[in-house]
Amino acid sequence: MTQKTVLVADDEENIVVSLEFLLRQLGCAVKVARDGDEAIAMIREHRPDLVLLDVMMPARSGYEVCQMLRDDPALRQTPVIMLTAKGREAEIARGRAVGADVYVTKPFSTRELSARIRGMLDLPEA
Amino acid sequence: MSTLPVATVLAVSLAYLGLLFVIALLVERRIERGRQLVRSPTIYALSLAVYCTSWTFFGSVGVAATQGIGFLPIYLGPTLMALLWPTLMVKCLRIAKRDRITTIADFIASRYGKRRGLAALVALICVIGVLPYLALQLKAVAAGFTLLTSGSASMRGGLFGDTALVITLVMAAFTIMFGTRHLDASERHEGLVAAIAFESVVKLCAFLAVGLFACFVLFDGPAVLFAEAAAHPRLSALWRFETSAGGWFDWSVLILLSMAAVTLLPRQFQVAVVENVDEAHVRRATWQFPLYLLTINLFVLPLACAGVLLIGPALAADDYVLGLPMQSGHPYLALLVFIGGTSAATGMIIVETTALATMISNDLVLPGLLHRAYAADLGRLLLLIRRGAILIVALLGYLYFRYAGEARSLVSIGLISFAAVAQLAPAFFGGLYWRLGTRSGAYAGLLAGFVVWGYTLLLPSASHSGWLPAQWLIEGPLGIVWLRPQALFGMDGVTAITHGVFWSLLANAAAYVGVSLATRADAQESAQAALFVGALQRDAERPIPLWRGGVALPELRALLVRILGEARAQAALEAYRNRHGGRVDDNDPGLLQHVESVLAGAIGSASARTLVASIAREAPLGLEEVMHILDEASQVLHYSRALSARTRELRDANRRLQELDQLKDEFMSTVTHELRTPLTSIRAFSEILADNPALDPDERARYLGIIIRETERLTRLINQVLDFARLEQGEAQWRIEPVALGAAIGDAAASVRQLFDDAGVALEVGPVPDDWWVRADADRLQQVLLNLLGNALKFAPPRRGRVEVSATRDGASVCVAVDDNGPGVAAQDVETVFEKFRQSGSNLTAKPQGTGLGLPISRHIVERFGGRIWVQPRSGGGASFRFTLPLEESA
Amino acid sequence: MPNTSRRVLGLAVVALLGFALFNFPLLSLADGHSGPLGAPALLLYIFGVWAVLIVLAAVLRR
Repeated sequence: MTQKTVLVADDEENIVVSLEFLLRQLGCAVKVARDGDEAIAMIREHRPDLVLLDVMMPARSGYEVCQMLRDDPALRQTPVIMLTAKGREAEIARGRAVGADVYVTKPFSTRELSARIRGMLDLPEA
Repeated sequence: MSTLPVATVLAVSLAYLGLLFVIALLVERRIERGRQLVRSPTIYALSLAVYCTSWTFFGSVGVAATQGIGFLPIYLGPTLMALLWPTLMVKCLRIAKRDRITTIADFIASRYGKRRGLAALVALICVIGVLPYLALQLKAVAAGFTLLTSGSASMRGGLFGDTALVITLVMAAFTIMFGTRHLDASERHEGLVAAIAFESVVKLCAFLAVGLFACFVLFDGPAVLFAEAAAHPRLSALWRFETSAGGWFDWSVLILLSMAAVTLLPRQFQVAVVENVDEAHVRRATWQFPLYLLTINLFVLPLACAGVLLIGPALAADDYVLGLPMQSGHPYLALLVFIGGTSAATGMIIVETTALATMISNDLVLPGLLHRAYAADLGRLLLLIRRGAILIVALLGYLYFRYAGEARSLVSIGLISFAAVAQLAPAFFGGLYWRLGTRSGAYAGLLAGFVVWGYTLLLPSASHSGWLPAQWLIEGPLGIVWLRPQALFGMDGVTAITHGVFWSLLANAAAYVGVSLATRADAQESAQAALFVGALQRDAERPIPLWRGGVALPELRALLVRILGEARAQAALEAYRNRHGGRVDDNDPGLLQHVESVLAGAIGSASARTLVASIAREAPLGLEEVMHILDEASQVLHYSRALSARTRELRDANRRLQELDQLKDEFMSTVTHELRTPLTSIRAFSEILADNPALDPDERARYLGIIIRETERLTRLINQVLDFARLEQGEAQWRIEPVALGAAIGDAAASVRQLFDDAGVALEVGPVPDDWWVRADADRLQQVLLNLLGNALKFAPPRRGRVEVSATRDGASVCVAVDDNGPGVAAQDVETVFEKFRQSGSNLTAKPQGTGLGLPISRHIVERFGGRIWVQPRSGGGASFRFTLPLEESA
Repeated sequence: MPNTSRRVLGLAVVALLGFALFNFPLLSLADGHSGPLGAPALLLYIFGVWAVLIVLAAVLRR
């Protein structure tokens, strides 16, 4: 089975480090983007199997990136997990509206997030 | 003289009256069928021309033939008055509409507190005063009829024995049909007005026809006519003022007298005020009515000249208008002229008697009836009273004509009436413009004026007719010479009219003003005085409630039904209900006011007041209360302005609050985000460490380090929020002392140097002299410097960023600048970056570092030190954050 | 409203002017002369002033 590629887009260094660790543990290749524009460029370039998107990023918000993804026929099927430190109902609804598959509020449980990713990428149990 | 058969004249006259009646009937039918008849301003102006009666039609030529231009002041006065209508008439209209005033008696009584006694006095003056005027019309028509049918002006021995009596009865019958068809709440007679307007056109056309006939048929144009007249010794003397029209004083008095008459004559008040449907119509009448007067007077002097030249003393001068076409063999033109004259007389009689009958029924008869409990429909009774009053007034006019007026000229009869109604002038105009005029003053003035009028004008007129010995006119009563009625106190050399008008109005005005100043108005009076005088300022549509309490609905209903009948009582209550959101409560003072005003339209304001007072349990308001209400009413405008300003303030405040609320929301959201971010790292790495006990030591140490740093970050954040809260609430501790600025900047730079180096941003600190000491709290100053440096670092581009700190002296203070080469601050954010909860840029894309509280905290601190902080763009890009601090005195 | 009240005032001034023109001594200036058509100048004067007043009223009423 080929290795799955996951793009992590977040400008918070420590959080990126923790996500990288979790994804490697699951056997995925990890690409990292520091802002919205970079995220879009890397999605186009690497065609990841999953995108982990922070909402509050420089240049372009996670919402915009997700919306872009959904508007592009070639990328439309890419699953997206939105990460946000803003836990309000309105923001969750907005995430859903732009087509995020899963919406995860920070701080998140690593165990739960790993299980989600595994399910979405159809990976075997560890 | 060519004459016409009696039957022909009779048939044509009756046909003409029938035509007038049909016009009135058609108009009322249209209105009853709900068709809104467009009442044009021209119809209003034409109806005002009811001023021109047979006095004008026949009498003016009579005056012109004997006194030259002396016929003119009677029309010049109304012309001048019309120019004042846009203010005077509009004021009357506002008052009359609000109080539903139906006669001049009602108007004056209403002004002085709605007392029936005053209304009755005015009504009496009007009835007695106007009788000669009515007689004049009867005389003119009767004389014309006789002349047309017999060729001589002798009144006796006509077909019916007494032509004038027949004419009187016919006129009365027509008036009853026109004027009392129903007891209208507003006392408007649309049909009547239409007929009067038509009548005005007919008399004008007829008069112009005979005028043109005289100028161009009897003579070869006006030039020839005037040339022949100039050769006539008596006529040419008439053209000179000095030798004809009496003195200048007589002339001026007549102008003033007619100004009063055109306003106060009951029929003029009726058409101008009561029958007015639209205030705007007054504006056109202001020039159309004078134009009508001018037109109808154009041929008066030519006709008079023609009469003198062609007829001479063969006929009375008053008969020239009719005599000219008859003598020259044009009987049908004469018939047209007769119809015109009859038209003028008819219009006057119908409107005048209608107005007088309303006064008699409402102000003289009804008060006596109100005290008795008539179970029957009072409305029907009122109609009967009015019809009876019309008949009686017409017959009284006939009696005056028969026994006092036969021998006299038309105009001299009419002027006696003018003088009588002029007695209303002080109370009327004073009431409109002088707030201190009181009821007692009005009584005194009216009585004094009326008595003097009777003595100087009415009694001599009776004496001339042989009813009183003529001797006392010459020798004075009981031989007292200075009491001679036509030369009081020896005043001589003016006409009898001028003499009478002068003394009666002098007595009247003096009594009115004197007594008014000596007496005090009661509550009701003061209220009405204020409403009348201020009618143009106040919202005239809104009656001021002058009743304290109310009356149960059934009682009010019963009262309305008694006067108006079931259907109209219901309509009146519906009208009130509709105006007040569909609800009518018992004991509503406003309803009581409404009922009073509705009743006033039917029975006059004084009687309405009495009736309502009789069922109102509570006394009317006292003087103090009324004045209070009035003051309040006059302040309403003022209040409403203040109120709208207040509303605007509140709206602004509310908008600011909403804005603040939104900012607070954003702040909470930002703080939450900032708290969650380190928490996320802490939790993630804690879980990773817990779940992976076999991690190699290096990785393990690295993750633990992250946890510790993120915990510190969290702590800082919490401290900052708490710090800001303390600053906001003024609870912070301060230790203000001299601080060495250079050292402070050096310390701050040193503590952030590592961060700058890590980010690859250059930090340069300019030289600061050692002796620059500022008054500050050293720790707080550090906080400001660190905030600004942190801020600069955040926005400076990584790796090629450059931040410079410098200090410059400016008089007694020093300015510290922290400049970066970042994106700068947008112009619209220059102020807001220092506001709490604000951050520059969008909070979705530009990720905030910290809470966004750094700059607001810095502002608090700098301002506490007595300096100020701001941001300005830096030449070449970037932002320059600057703050000033006062230098220590000793430095 | 200011315009309306100014016009009302204007009309009142015209009325005052009219009263002056229709009275001694101005009226006496035209007395005793003869005008066009052989009509008395006094008569022509009065009707002339009268017509001017009406025109002013018509102009000012709007």
